[in-house]
Amino acid sequence: MHSTPPPEVYVAGVGLTPVGEHWNVSLRELALEAIEAARADAVGLRPQALFAANMLAPVLSGQTHLGVLLADFAGLRGIEASSFEAAGASGGVALRQAYLAVRSGLIDVALVIGVEKVTDRVGPAVEAARSMAGDADHEAVQGLTPAAQAGLLMRRYLHESGAPEDALAGFAVNAHANGLTCEHAFMRRGITVEDYRQAPRQDDPLNLFDVAPLADGAAALLLTRREALPSGGRPGVRVAGSSVATAATALHDQADMLGLSAAEESARRARLQAGVDPDQISLFELHDAYAIFAPLALEAGGFAERGQGWRLAAGGQIGLTGPYPISTFGGSKARGEVGGATGVYQAAEVVLQLQGRAGKNQVAGASTGMAQCLGGAGATAATHIFVAE
Amino acid sequence: MEVSRHWRLKQQRYALVGEVCPSCQHKIFPPRDICPDCGEEARTTYQFSGRGEVFSFTTVRNAPTGFEESAPYTVALIKLDEGPMLTAQLTDLGEKPVEIGMPVEMVTRRLRSDGDRGMLVYGYKFRPALKAA
Repeated sequence: MHSTPPPEVYVAGVGLTPVGEHWNVSLRELALEAIEAARADAVGLRPQALFAANMLAPVLSGQTHLGVLLADFAGLRGIEASSFEAAGASGGVALRQAYLAVRSGLIDVALVIGVEKVTDRVGPAVEAARSMAGDADHEAVQGLTPAAQAGLLMRRYLHESGAPEDALAGFAVNAHANGLTCEHAFMRRGITVEDYRQAPRQDDPLNLFDVAPLADGAAALLLTRREALPSGGRPGVRVAGSSVATAATALHDQADMLGLSAAEESARRARLQAGVDPDQISLFELHDAYAIFAPLALEAGGFAERGQGWRLAAGGQIGLTGPYPISTFGGSKARGEVGGATGVYQAAEVVLQLQGRAGKNQVAGASTGMAQCLGGAGATAATHIFVAE
Repeated sequence: MEVSRHWRLKQQRYALVGEVCPSCQHKIFPPRDICPDCGEEARTTYQFSGRGEVFSFTTVRNAPTGFEESAPYTVALIKLDEGPMLTAQLTDLGEKPVEIGMPVEMVTRRLRSDGDRGMLVYGYKFRPALKAA
């Protein structure tokens, strides 16, 4: 038995591609772009293991076995490589696995690559592929889609909280304001509350601005222990908290669906590990694939009381200069919803904030950041807390 | 075609047969063999009444493959009188506006179709309750 403490885990480099409709780029090329950017950022650090995150490639691209595909294509043939799928939480789950690998002391340098390639297909095929994250026998068979799940949650939220019909407008306005100045964002234009009110209806009560646009993207992170960090004068960013929690697969089986129990539990565990309270978190990258998940995640994360999360947006408290900045690069709403890559984008964005590299999107004095991605309607939640040193 | 996949669910799909936990009497639908309430084994079948009320609802406008012909359609979370919640389409709505709390009852309808030569999948939907339960 030895008593050496497990190594602390640091982010050595990040890379992300612009999110968009990349018809001229394949899944593997998109991933390579992010991997090369992350490796350049980490001054060429060579990973010993690759952890791929993806949700839809088996269905939309006819491609499984992404671990080896991406390692091979990135010139890393021979290393350990595998892929992780937990629907929209895939990125956070792969990050968690890479964290565990470095933390265990068995891997010195781990590469996390999240990639999603969705725009080769459109319409019912994409809706069907995304609906596979629910319960196939009891949800998808009824024609239930992720947008419909969000519609069900939003109607119930408005009903129980007594919030007005346009209660969520502030989330879309904030996301678009931040997307405007984000170089990797898909939607780079601002909107007003009036734009929100006049937007066409989707799965009611959702309107167009309650729905994040699905797009292609890839993001990568290199994790390592402190001794292997490249020297370069940047603040080191430590993974201070890491947790994955689950709830029921089907929305209808969740005992308290507005409580988002997996998000609550994973945030609680991550905060406990990091030793921070919600008030000490400088920014929160949450998974706003649909606007309703923003107030639910704020409430589950301890930033607002039950049924009151919408007031943070209505009161302008979620902006870059507010007390609870969220979606600081646009979130899924404006950066673009990248499915299984979301958790890796979020982590990369938090790291850029903590190292003062966020440009016009910088949260002043950011020292602690939280990232949380959701699989399904909150069935899986992965939460990570990062601290600048 | 997945015929066996749908055939083996016929009891729950056509007749709303679930389970009851012998330990804590918790009613379970869809059947899952381990009680979500107390964690004990629960394989005793239980016939649900098919009555419940709307917990939430929405309209699907961008339908997945197999549901294009039905779109737009209303899908709801139904709280069954016996306790469990399920997801189902609402049907036979007429001009009646749907509301949270509206009483509904189960009917059997076609759920999806896979083209002219594909399989038709039937199962439960819910309609406004015709008479007071």
